[in-house]
Amino acid sequence: MEDKRKRNLILNGLLTGAFALFLYWAEGNLGGYRIQIMNLIAVYIILGLSLNLIYGFAGMFSLGHAGFMAIGAYTCSLLIMPPLQKQALFILEPAMWPFSVIHAPFLIAVIVAGLVAALAGILIGLPVLRLGGDYLGIATLGFAEIIRVFANNLPRITNGALGFKGIPDYANLWWNYGWCFITLVIIVRLVNSNFGNALKAIRDDEVAARAMGINTFKYRMTAFAIGSFFAGVGGALLGSLLTTIDPKMFLFLLTFNVLMIVVAGGLGSITGTVIAGVIITVLLEWLRIVENPISFGDFEIPGIPGMRMVVFSLALLFIILFRRQGIMGRKEITWDTIFGFFRKRGAEK
Amino acid sequence: MTDRSCLRSELKLTGEENLPPPLFCESEAKQPMSMSMFVQHLFNAVTLGSLYALIAIGYTMVYGILRLINFAHGEIFMLGAYFVFWGVTLLHLPWFLAVIVAIAVTSLAGIMVDRVAYRPLREAPRISALISSIGVSFFLQNLAIVVFSAIPRAVQRPEWLVKIIVVGKVRILPLTLVVPVLSFFLMMGLLYIVYRTKPGLGMRAISKDIETSRLMGVPVNRIVALTFGIGSALAAASGIMWALRYPQLQPVMGVIPGLKAFIAAVFGGIGSIQGAVLGGMILGIMEIMIVAFLPALAGYRDAFAFVLLIIILLVRPSGLMGEKLEDKV
Repeated sequence: MEDKRKRNLILNGLLTGAFALFLYWAEGNLGGYRIQIMNLIAVYIILGLSLNLIYGFAGMFSLGHAGFMAIGAYTCSLLIMPPLQKQALFILEPAMWPFSVIHAPFLIAVIVAGLVAALAGILIGLPVLRLGGDYLGIATLGFAEIIRVFANNLPRITNGALGFKGIPDYANLWWNYGWCFITLVIIVRLVNSNFGNALKAIRDDEVAARAMGINTFKYRMTAFAIGSFFAGVGGALLGSLLTTIDPKMFLFLLTFNVLMIVVAGGLGSITGTVIAGVIITVLLEWLRIVENPISFGDFEIPGIPGMRMVVFSLALLFIILFRRQGIMGRKEITWDTIFGFFRKRGAEK
Repeated sequence: MTDRSCLRSELKLTGEENLPPPLFCESEAKQPMSMSMFVQHLFNAVTLGSLYALIAIGYTMVYGILRLINFAHGEIFMLGAYFVFWGVTLLHLPWFLAVIVAIAVTSLAGIMVDRVAYRPLREAPRISALISSIGVSFFLQNLAIVVFSAIPRAVQRPEWLVKIIVVGKVRILPLTLVVPVLSFFLMMGLLYIVYRTKPGLGMRAISKDIETSRLMGVPVNRIVALTFGIGSALAAASGIMWALRYPQLQPVMGVIPGLKAFIAAVFGGIGSIQGAVLGGMILGIMEIMIVAFLPALAGYRDAFAFVLLIIILLVRPSGLMGEKLEDKV
């Protein structure tokens, strides 16, 4: 047993090292567009993992991710933009006092963004986490809409409908994959701990879990707060990555994309979320082709706007109708399963 | 100062594409509320309320029977509006005929959605069907962008519906009289079907217990299809009247009314038709009146409904007229 743990630790270390080398190579050799997609993959994996913790492991159907992301993105942007830039940016009404002068380095800004989102998660969780199933979904969706309405109507904090432009683009490959790594480690450790077992017990049968003496509300609340923390972090990174945010960016569509990753990867599977995060981000970019004009010599097929999301939503429908458990179901790819796979192969010969 | 606030209100409008156009102009709102103004607002409020109520009925009927929040209902509403104006402008149908054809086609669309996306998931966990309905909602919305294009289209309204009538000091849009009256008849028709006919009996039986109803020989699939058909027809009627009231068509026009109507259904007590009507009315009246009395809050009008939702879920999750649902062990 101890040997296996040591082996896994070494293998994980090697894998991380190899991936860091790959990032180093990518930074120098891949074009800007590919690097941007790689960045998006990291952010979407963070978002997918956080929603998977809330929905896949704790069984809370939350549709509020866009709201937490908005909070994270706005908080982080306000912190990393220098005061002079903010003065130039707020053309409608000058920024309100503490927001006009605060300034912080990127690392602290992202952590604060996560904490503010977690605080919002606790505030909204207190009333709505007592609800079950689909009601929780609607209430959290409502919360996300309320955040968006506020973002539109508080010009002294959010610059209203104009949003922020020219946010410093600190979020490079290293930051994004660094945060992705931290998220991965924390969520894996959480899920495999006693805390994770309690969450899964609540997900599978709430009444039984309560009968076993689990304080379901406390556990759900903690999971929800941690999930919203990482949603805030994801939003913060996304803001700095795209360098521009406005209320329209945080429509329900954003939550839908993240939900799609979690459902496609498999509810309650971390490796599934990572795989789906890669596939879906690439797919979302690749599907832009169908919206652009395609030309064959003299002959041109005009692009069809909207087609991308038609294909994308059909894909979700197909998954939910024909492969409800997603790519991985609740299974994980671990070193044990990989070695087991090869051993079985060997035994067959 | 005035310049700035003017600029702001214009900019705000661009950010809220789902909102119906303002119901009254700014200068009107700033005057103290007179009796005639109040009556005008009341007409607007009841109109909006009956439109919400018609959509909410569809949510509540489907939820009552399948325990499913049909996210795609707002898109059905949108389809109804598009179909009728297609019929009028492209096929040159007379208004009356176009409305009937559009309602029938939309109702078929609703049945199709159930058949393709929800029926295979009857035995699956409830959330699966909910995710499926979110998928259908996005699918229909984007299909509408592909087919109708995302550019908002103006609606040509029949003259007589928008020629303002003046009664004393009160200026009334005939439309705000027609909508509540038509809605009232539609609701009466619905109540007749649910409480006085055999399929209606089937619906009520299924909403009590789907398995037992099947054993007692109720054709469950057919009744569910009928429920979707009726709900979609009412949503289409609402969509058509909505497009007459706020004369603009866009593929995303169903999202916000759909969400608000769902909240109205929860507020009234999900599963109860009378509750949905009551909830829709209260929500519509509240929305118009808050904006009328407190114009400063106009930008937040989309948030009222959601705040109301969170409050009602905390205080009385079963809604005004709903039965209390117990957790089954």
